[in-house]
Amino acid sequence: MPATTQPTSDTTSFDVEAFRAQFPALQQEVYEDTPLVYLDNAATSQKPDAVIERAERYYRRENSNVHRGVHRLSQDATEAYESARKSIARFINAPAPEQVIYTKGTTEGLNLVANTFGQKRVGAGDEILLTEMEHHSNIVPWQMLAEQVGAEIRVLPVTDRGVLQMDRLAEYLTEDTALVAVTHVSNTLGTINPVKDLIDAAHAVDVPVVVDGAQSAPHLPVDVQALDADFFVFSGHKMFGPTGIGILYGKREHLEAMPPYQGGGDMIDRVSFDETTYDAPPHKFEAGTPHIEGAIGLGAAAEFIMDLEWSAVQAHEDDVLAYATEQVRAIDGIRLIGTAPEKTSVLSFVFEDIHPYDAGTFLDRLGIAVRTGHHCTQPLLKRYGLPGTIRASFAAYNTRADANRLAEGLHRTREMLG
Amino acid sequence: MSTSNTVSDRAQKIVDEFSLFSDWMNRYQYLIEMGDDIPLLPEDMKSEEYYVHGCQSDVWIRVEYDEDEQVLHFQGDSNAKITKGLAALIIRVVDEQPPEAVAEASFDFLDDIGLHEHLSSQRNNGLEAMIDQMKKRAQAFRN
Repeated sequence: MPATTQPTSDTTSFDVEAFRAQFPALQQEVYEDTPLVYLDNAATSQKPDAVIERAERYYRRENSNVHRGVHRLSQDATEAYESARKSIARFINAPAPEQVIYTKGTTEGLNLVANTFGQKRVGAGDEILLTEMEHHSNIVPWQMLAEQVGAEIRVLPVTDRGVLQMDRLAEYLTEDTALVAVTHVSNTLGTINPVKDLIDAAHAVDVPVVVDGAQSAPHLPVDVQALDADFFVFSGHKMFGPTGIGILYGKREHLEAMPPYQGGGDMIDRVSFDETTYDAPPHKFEAGTPHIEGAIGLGAAAEFIMDLEWSAVQAHEDDVLAYATEQVRAIDGIRLIGTAPEKTSVLSFVFEDIHPYDAGTFLDRLGIAVRTGHHCTQPLLKRYGLPGTIRASFAAYNTRADANRLAEGLHRTREMLG
Repeated sequence: MSTSNTVSDRAQKIVDEFSLFSDWMNRYQYLIEMGDDIPLLPEDMKSEEYYVHGCQSDVWIRVEYDEDEQVLHFQGDSNAKITKGLAALIIRVVDEQPPEAVAEASFDFLDDIGLHEHLSSQRNNGLEAMIDQMKKRAQAFRN
């Protein structure tokens, strides 16, 4: 959804102050008496009471291993764990909960696909198509795969504004392309990519597409069926859920054909020393005791988001991003990095004469949490000829007041360091 | 002079200087000004050999052994002002000290300059990497 400049008062169906009050970590002061302004949401979001309390309840009342015990607690834990899977399936509109696989996070999801589906799908001489704005976690697993099987990595370039050069897709999506892996939203630029168009183009030549949804799941309504994505991966901790838990969604025919990723307990049908047969998805991919409270907490996070009126939340997020963009753009010596027409939640910029590290350190002391550096997208930063950027990344609980604090902090940074 | 010029004497002097500033802004300002006095590494020497890995900014530190005086000379630079100030600060403590003194130098005084809440806990500023590299090179010049 494009950013708009409508005033906050137009988005009254989302009460941001009431929403914000549900996040205990936001209610604190850092460094003596400086209230925290948390603008590092693309790295991880804060957690609402609903998620914290759900995970705590698991430990206080339900703690037990899943899928094994006949006893009551194990049944409760299993019920909560599988019920969370159903919530997450609804959250992304997966056709069935069995297509929702718990992982450690986006990185593990991508490695899982590369090591199972990728190993079967990609061969010598094939090409894997990525984009120039991928996070390292959507580059390195494919490089490792390409090296193993003798495939080649191709990279769809971005424009100066940070938009994928879709008009050049035909150069890159060739008869040798075996797989496409693309981020839905850029963690460094905030660009929303036309993933549906890319998927349609790839499917027209029978090429499957893996979508990195780490930055989109917290900000856009995700419908994996409407996208027709072959795989869609994301992390819990960026969408108000716990760390160490994420999701791999896959099309049923892929998941059934894929070999397991790791061997162990909970993923088998029958084991003997001569032969082992595997359980069906999702359990085939969930060896060992899982991150039970993480999964349950993520289910709570998905429910928490689904309880919101999402169009109002999005209007609010767009308003804050557009407002922050105006405030920051107006500061002397600042250049925005990533000005795509379709953006969400991320504002990246550089001072012409202040190193991002200096600015980030100074902002931190003013209570403003931003990220500086390459944001795990070194090829993208290289394309822009930058050592790094300052990145302010927003969540639904951020406000225009936060954007004002950021702008004020940047003015002071310029006075001090410019 | 020789009795008041040890690593710990110099460290104490820096702590005393920083204690004159009552607020963090001024302490930062002072740290940044310190960077202006760094024994500057010439541009053409900014090579991989002197590059300090593990910082968000570019940092170079060069160590040279003065055989006549049997002390080490340091030069450094960074493209970030805070990092450059930090490099200047630690160079000030160890410059023209014998290799033994540098290799065994304590940098605990950094906790006492009123910027500790930031500096010592952060991996990104490369403070630890700078100190490691200086000590390692000093160690190599030890008899």
